[in-house]
Amino acid sequence: MSNPLSPNRKKQRIDDLARSAGHGPVSGEPGAAVGTIADAGHVEDTAGVSLIVSAWRRLRRNPVFLLGLAITLAFVLLAIFSPLIAPHDPSARLLIDKVRPQSNPIPGPEPGFPLGADNAGRDIFSRLIVGSRQTLIVGIMATLFGFVGGLTLGTLAGALGGWVDALVMRIVDVMLSIPSLLLAFSIAAIAAQPSQWTVIIAIAVVQVPIFARLLRGSMLAQRASDHVLAARALGVKPSAIIFRHMLPNSLSPVIVQATLVVASAIIDAAALSFLGLGNPDDRQPEWGQMLGAAQQYIYDNPALAIWPAVCIIVVALGFTLMGESLREALDPKSRR
Amino acid sequence: MVGVILVLSLLVFLWLRSLPGGTVSALLGERATPERRAALERALGLNEPIYVQYWEFLKRALHGKFGSSTGVQPGTDAFQIFLTRFPATIELAAFAIIVAVALGIPLGYLAARRRASLFDNVSIVGSLIGVAVPVFFLAFLLKYWFAIKLHWLPVSGRQDPDLDATRVTGFFVLDGLLTREWDSAWDAFKHLILPGFALATIPFAVVFRITRASVLEVLDEDFVRTAESKGLTNRVIRGRHVLRNALLPVVTTIGLQTGGLLVGAVLTERVFSYAGLGEALAIAFERRDYAVLQVCILMAAMTFVVVNLLVDIAYAVIDPRVRTR
Repeated sequence: MSNPLSPNRKKQRIDDLARSAGHGPVSGEPGAAVGTIADAGHVEDTAGVSLIVSAWRRLRRNPVFLLGLAITLAFVLLAIFSPLIAPHDPSARLLIDKVRPQSNPIPGPEPGFPLGADNAGRDIFSRLIVGSRQTLIVGIMATLFGFVGGLTLGTLAGALGGWVDALVMRIVDVMLSIPSLLLAFSIAAIAAQPSQWTVIIAIAVVQVPIFARLLRGSMLAQRASDHVLAARALGVKPSAIIFRHMLPNSLSPVIVQATLVVASAIIDAAALSFLGLGNPDDRQPEWGQMLGAAQQYIYDNPALAIWPAVCIIVVALGFTLMGESLREALDPKSRR
Repeated sequence: MVGVILVLSLLVFLWLRSLPGGTVSALLGERATPERRAALERALGLNEPIYVQYWEFLKRALHGKFGSSTGVQPGTDAFQIFLTRFPATIELAAFAIIVAVALGIPLGYLAARRRASLFDNVSIVGSLIGVAVPVFFLAFLLKYWFAIKLHWLPVSGRQDPDLDATRVTGFFVLDGLLTREWDSAWDAFKHLILPGFALATIPFAVVFRITRASVLEVLDEDFVRTAESKGLTNRVIRGRHVLRNALLPVVTTIGLQTGGLLVGAVLTERVFSYAGLGEALAIAFERRDYAVLQVCILMAAMTFVVVNLLVDIAYAVIDPRVRTR
């Protein structure tokens, strides 16, 4: 067993992504290694417009992208203005008189409470609206931390090459060899006191190797490209080459991935809550936590679980639609 | 691969040491008396340097000594719990993969052949929604509707305990077939259906999309045009030229799904109280049963590594281009 990196396919898939969504045309040779990435640098655009402009031109007319964008924007606006929109205080036990722990633990809809209340008599509708904010925070922060971690590792590996590259990639490969959510579960289990932050960190750590590998792939392609060679020949400082020439040109596959990660982070947070590894503090509602907590009452009133689940599905779908159409638009192969 | 497993064991070892209270609390639980803690610390050699401790941990792990369970089945040896539960999860995961492949490949092929048709668009949106639904929520819905409301299928477990089935392999459906206890095989199969379908959604969505993309790519190839211009019948072109080439990436995808299946099993098995590895992991996380956690995480990760190795080998066998490179 000369090759210690076993889940080759997972890695290859990530590398393919790095190449396909990368800047500039890519040679069609399937499975070709670093050598063929060499010609990924020069941009052959007949009209002379930049990748981003031409991608936007196609995205503007893509209904799938627009739908995803609309859902995402609505979600972000809701999260920002939620305290103003919610009709009631999300943590006030307004309907506690209606809760009968034995016969009817979940009060149904009442006038002014369109979705009823949960087991503590709190208005579900208000909790859903206010919960959008924490949900957005979990999704964005987990993605951001994973992104920054992956960016650091990937830049180190891709820019410096050599033994740094080898070492970083070994670490990344081992992390990829553990099923992702299982790793997140284990990290969350280390925390003595689970909180919002342990959830965010657990999900973020899992994303680090994926971002790192993606970024390294496109950094390597940049390193071998003509414009970097030209910059080096002109005597540009190595740090300037890395940060001003290589990094900005390698980011597009990573940004696509980040969009998709927001969706999975929101779903994963729900799974952590379901296993009792999520944030136990329910004064600040979060959809995943609401869904995880609702399982106890699912046979009394499935609505308690269905509403947060529908919210999660819609938002995750929004980010996924946006990410997938971005990937398609940035893929040089589809630029015709 | 050996390297990956070694580093994995190191990770699990460090993970155990970084837990609140450390290894002793992990093995004895929070409520242990100070005397018992001190005795175990000496017995485990926790006063030794850390590399000695890791070596001892490796030796114990190779002998399958991970300590007794504290939460899942208190008092039982953790490795024994793993051994009895592993076949259950393999059975469930195999069922889910069969469902995912049996539905994903034909639908993906059809969607590619009728590109941009209504069927194509509906199934793409469906597969995206399938990925966006939290697995455990889907499992709840299936259980609520088909088991609790309609009573079509059993609510939980692997088999009706009243059946008194003979155990041979630990795979209950296979046991029933081998011993010709048809009723127990059928009963075990019925217990597989709901958790199996819940577990199959994500692999199904992935297999569907990869098949569709890869058929589309192959349909564009020169050799397909050549086959058409030669006047071969559609059946020969589809079977021999298109499908055979398009299925190569699908094989690797199936290998990649094992990781997702293991994680999905944690969630679905919990919902259906299906006595597999996943349920053991879920309960162990809830009750902080670290003996069970370390053996299950280590073995789950090793399974993932081994399956990926097998897929790599299978890929070389079915794709001659990989062999020559």
